[in-house]
Amino acid sequence: MISKDEILHVAELANLKFQDNEVDSFVSQLDKIVNMESKLSSVDTTGIEPTYNMGDTNTVFREDKGIHTQTREQMLENVPETDNNLIKVPTIVDKEDDE
Amino acid sequence: MDIKKETIASLHNKLVNKDVTAQDLATDALGKINANEEKFNTFITVNDKAPEAAKKIDDEGIKGPLSGIPIAFKDNIVTEGIKTTAASKILYNFMPVYSATVLEKLEAAGAIDIGKTNLDEFAMGSSTETSHFGTSVNPWDLSRVPGGSSGGSAAAVAAGEVVAALGTDTGGSIRQPAAFNGIFGIKPTYGRVSRWGVIAFASSLDQVGVLSKRVEDSAAVLSVMAGHDDHDSTSSNKPVPDYRADLNKDMHGVKIAVPKEFWHEGTHPEVLENVNKALDEYKKMGATVDEVSLPSLKHAVEVYYVLASSEASSNLQRYDGVRYGYRAKDVKNIKDLFVRSRSEGFGDEVKRRIMLGTFALSAGAYDAYFKKAAEVRTLFIKEMNDVLKDHDLIMGPSTTTPAFKIGEKVDDPLAMYMNDILTIPANLAGLPAASVPAGLADGLPVGLQIIGRPFDEQSVFNAAYALQEENKFYEKIPTALKGED
Repeated sequence: MISKDEILHVAELANLKFQDNEVDSFVSQLDKIVNMESKLSSVDTTGIEPTYNMGDTNTVFREDKGIHTQTREQMLENVPETDNNLIKVPTIVDKEDDE
Repeated sequence: MDIKKETIASLHNKLVNKDVTAQDLATDALGKINANEEKFNTFITVNDKAPEAAKKIDDEGIKGPLSGIPIAFKDNIVTEGIKTTAASKILYNFMPVYSATVLEKLEAAGAIDIGKTNLDEFAMGSSTETSHFGTSVNPWDLSRVPGGSSGGSAAAVAAGEVVAALGTDTGGSIRQPAAFNGIFGIKPTYGRVSRWGVIAFASSLDQVGVLSKRVEDSAAVLSVMAGHDDHDSTSSNKPVPDYRADLNKDMHGVKIAVPKEFWHEGTHPEVLENVNKALDEYKKMGATVDEVSLPSLKHAVEVYYVLASSEASSNLQRYDGVRYGYRAKDVKNIKDLFVRSRSEGFGDEVKRRIMLGTFALSAGAYDAYFKKAAEVRTLFIKEMNDVLKDHDLIMGPSTTTPAFKIGEKVDDPLAMYMNDILTIPANLAGLPAASVPAGLADGLPVGLQIIGRPFDEQSVFNAAYALQEENKFYEKIPTALKGED
């Protein structure tokens, strides 16, 4: 059984916030899904290596040569707010009165 | 022109003989899409510049097989200068500054990008109902879903808007909508096609593929877009065959394995009936059909939802409102910007997957969920590959039911997830897999799933082609299109 506190902790880790009226239905849905996933514990995997990647996992080598990709202007085209060719973001270090 | 009755080869002949121009084809396709849009909602963005691009092809002269052919792209494939949203509010205004390798390769071969098709948000879903831009509709029954997540691509093909469309498949997102819309769809081997420029969902499972009415059209498109790409280190440098030229419908001596677990009790009896009928056809054509067992199949959905959600939670960290996409207004600090942009920008299903993944990767749950699922995946891959040691192909139904009603499962995520049980295995094992129309159940299409050995797409195409030439399902007209001509 996954608790509401656990869900709120996970939401904090994921940078997500739920409205008070959504939390309960999310908790019950996630609980059902996690419950289903918990059936994995019945499988004996002693000595079995996990598979995290697919395909060839060889290191790829290439010549150390500069290539032209996008320009600074292009990279900034999608930025919601810019100032003087820089990305503008709100306060990073909180002032006490912000809280 | 009635695209439903055309193939890439027939259009190519018309272009070469100048019965039609590439510009005509693009203009016709846009006209058809725009006329249908209110009914089917298959596209998020159409490419108004397609006729212009097609005219350039006309001026330069028709060259290869795809030259001047309009193709649709799922809207999680980035296209320079054409909005790409992944059907999410968080990317509602995203204008890519580069194109995916698959698009570049197809455009280099002369194909025309006609527009961007609808999908479930970030390809997370089985119905297109989680799209920020509304659900697409199944041309066989307007009250039903077209499947997902590549539902817009599948419905666009079934509705005769395009001969072929690109999709992506992480747990069945090409094969399930192909089955629901009575068309062919193939997910190639993991590593066969570059994922550069494809908006990531679950990087160890995602693969780009093709949907088309006819098997030979997907074969033609896949040959062009497959192969190694320096931008994707997981893309294979194995040579790419000319799948269409090598099509062979001779099934003599082909060994087909049928996992008994695919015939589970939850599957609609008429789906099984159609699939059994198709298997009988293969026997008549000279193939052998053996029953086999995949004991770990019962855990496939569990493994998939742990791994896919974990990879998604990691891949979707990048959406933070800073560099592109939706940014929340009136925030008080940077943390608030992240949290509010994400909470307002992502839909419920995406949030659910991010939460599941973040949970499975969190301290305390990592070993029991993420690592455990990755270990069971190893067992499952071994089971699949063991079957394929003695057999050329694995077959079964593509889906447990025909297309379901719009709204029927949207509030029950777990029921929606269980839909994927038959398609997930090929993704977990990285194998090539397709769905080919097998028949109708209550007037709705049923798909036969064909899974092959790694990089043996040719055998998958061949078997699908053999059945297509036998049942000629492509002659059937979706209900909503009857009386259109």
